[in-house]
Amino acid sequence: MSTQLATPTGSAPAVPSGLGGGGRSGWGAGSIRPVLIILVLLLIAVGIRQPDFYDPPVLLAFLKRAAPLIILAAGQYFVIVAGDFDLSVGSLVTAEVVIAARLIDGDPAATWPVIVLLLGFGLLIGLVNGLVTTLLQVPSFITTLGMYLVLVGAVYTWTGGSPRGALSEEFRQFGRRGIDGVPVLGQLPYAVLVLAGVAVLAVLAMRSDFGKVLLAVGDNPRAARVTGARTARVRTIAFLASGLAAAVAAILLGGFGGVSFQVGQGLEFTAITAVVLGGVVLGGGRGSVAGAMLGALTLQTLLTLLNLLGVSGALSSAVQGLIILAAVAVGTLRRRT
Amino acid sequence: MRRSTPFLLAVCTAVAVGVVGCTSDVPGASPSAGPSGAGTGETSKFFVQADHDNELALRTKSATGPADKPWEQALDPKTVDTAKYKKAGPYHLCFSNAGVGNPWRQVGFKNMQAEVKLHPEIKTFTVADAESKDDKQISDITDLLGKGCDALIVSPNTTATLTPAVEQACAKVPVIVFDRGVNTKCPVTFINPIGGYAFGATGAEFLVEKVKPKGKILALRILPGVDVLEARWGAAKVVFDKSDLDVVGVEFTDGDAAKTKTIVSNYLQRFGDIDGIWMDAGATAVAAAEAFEDAGKPFPAIVGEDQQDFLKMWQDKKLTAIAPTYPTYQWRTPVIAALKILGGEAVASPWKLPQPTITQDNLSQYVQADMPPLHYAMCGCATLPGYPKDWGGK
Repeated sequence: MSTQLATPTGSAPAVPSGLGGGGRSGWGAGSIRPVLIILVLLLIAVGIRQPDFYDPPVLLAFLKRAAPLIILAAGQYFVIVAGDFDLSVGSLVTAEVVIAARLIDGDPAATWPVIVLLLGFGLLIGLVNGLVTTLLQVPSFITTLGMYLVLVGAVYTWTGGSPRGALSEEFRQFGRRGIDGVPVLGQLPYAVLVLAGVAVLAVLAMRSDFGKVLLAVGDNPRAARVTGARTARVRTIAFLASGLAAAVAAILLGGFGGVSFQVGQGLEFTAITAVVLGGVVLGGGRGSVAGAMLGALTLQTLLTLLNLLGVSGALSSAVQGLIILAAVAVGTLRRRT
Repeated sequence: MRRSTPFLLAVCTAVAVGVVGCTSDVPGASPSAGPSGAGTGETSKFFVQADHDNELALRTKSATGPADKPWEQALDPKTVDTAKYKKAGPYHLCFSNAGVGNPWRQVGFKNMQAEVKLHPEIKTFTVADAESKDDKQISDITDLLGKGCDALIVSPNTTATLTPAVEQACAKVPVIVFDRGVNTKCPVTFINPIGGYAFGATGAEFLVEKVKPKGKILALRILPGVDVLEARWGAAKVVFDKSDLDVVGVEFTDGDAAKTKTIVSNYLQRFGDIDGIWMDAGATAVAAAEAFEDAGKPFPAIVGEDQQDFLKMWQDKKLTAIAPTYPTYQWRTPVIAALKILGGEAVASPWKLPQPTITQDNLSQYVQADMPPLHYAMCGCATLPGYPKDWGGK
């Protein structure tokens, strides 16, 4: 983790360097330093409240529960850094879980074919979002809001408001189980392994030429186009990444909780909140994918702390809201200076 | 692009702050915040002492009617004369359904459709699905009244809002209401099992018996403000308040498995151990029990319902459990009642059906390996046409 957290240096957003690109030195907009400090403070607070939190098994169980949101935040980052939004990921997660239950219907043999199909479905939704946004020039806010409604409506029509079928144990193991008997760690959850894989891929993607073009498009689409960047293509690929991330998150969430009609409700906004908390600038061009994922981890840590403190219900929402408002306001002030 | 950023930021912050309240990680407005020492909060305004006492007494009464057909039995029946509705067949029956938005209603509706097939004198069976919307159900009932129904069956979406629509229907055809009630006596009969107080008390009494003194109880509810669910918790609260158990939390789950599992995991993190789980409906009981399994904790004493996934887990993992039921076989009874009314036969009004409980002793007879996980064992459907395939069985 430590190598990823090194603060990158780079002057112009159009030619970012390090850390998956987009990070700016010091305290400027897009820096991950503030979210790191918040995260460390929260982790210390959690550790004081629950001393065994740093036992490896407890920490891994926490990461397991945070993994879907972190993966979703990584996917959302690609879209946001290019200057777009993807509001369809929550309903896509629900649709994926409902489809999985109906198609697997408790049959272990169907597990892998259905997983392949789910990943394909995520890519397909991403492709449609991307093409409508770039070719038809519909603002992504509208495109993905439309997709959200389409998916919600389709799932309701297909299920009559209640999911049918069942997920197999083989499917659910990704969200629930792990490799047992690992020295020191105890159980190494599959979800954490999947998360590690996604994190590495996301950082590599942002360090590649694709990542640099994506940042340039988000920073200044016209300039990027003039310099010959295929802006429509990279933006579409960003939506594909978001759809794929939603599919992976859905597999983990379905595994964790079982068949559910509400599993994805509100996740799109939680993911966007996480990305913003991670120092990524709405409107595009600045912020790192590592920051986005740290933002999600921070949000999850905050929820854990609130739970440990016994803050529940409406007060919990209010406390979260205040902290997020403060984080974003500080970020905005920083960018002005 | 850059110029619009602060605006976007403001919009998104507002949205984010508003929406964080509805993410699955946030516990709902918690009634456990109250000052009550027992941790059970204040008594609901839905609580009616006389109904509570009556239902608890009904649990031990024996029913009249054929023993092998509980959907034709009645507890403490007081009959009404229906001679004025007598009419020659064939009949056109109509049904205004609140919706099929959960597995309990889906199983029930299949029971009803199969019951209709048993009676050739029903020539037409017209169904309107209100999709869990009051306004749609009100217009559905008006539409159905224009279609020449000989009798109308109503399963109301909500009690108060549907009352005027039912009254309007009563003036034209014999009306049979079942499951949830309405605030009027105009329907010929109202059919349901004993009710929420009996359900809630049976689960809570089990926990008092099985959990050690001072044991920690987590109560999981679906939503506030639904009469039958309020009654279930109302009765459980009476039992817990009298006991020496410590109710450490009362949370709303929206009936969602993932949310339930997160809430229970959170409580395990906060309190280390939980000794008993009380639920107002068992659909998410498996998710609650899994949270213990995944945290490496022993299973608590737990209240579920007659859904197959829970019964199977209970048997496989040897849980300490009980399943009060709200049997889906009650969906057969309105069709039978409608035909009796149209035949001029007296019917029980209200028609209280038995409400059996699944315990360790009779568990094995309700576990059905070839039925789907969300199927309800107490469907009384095994002899109906199309069983088990129409119910998703093999």
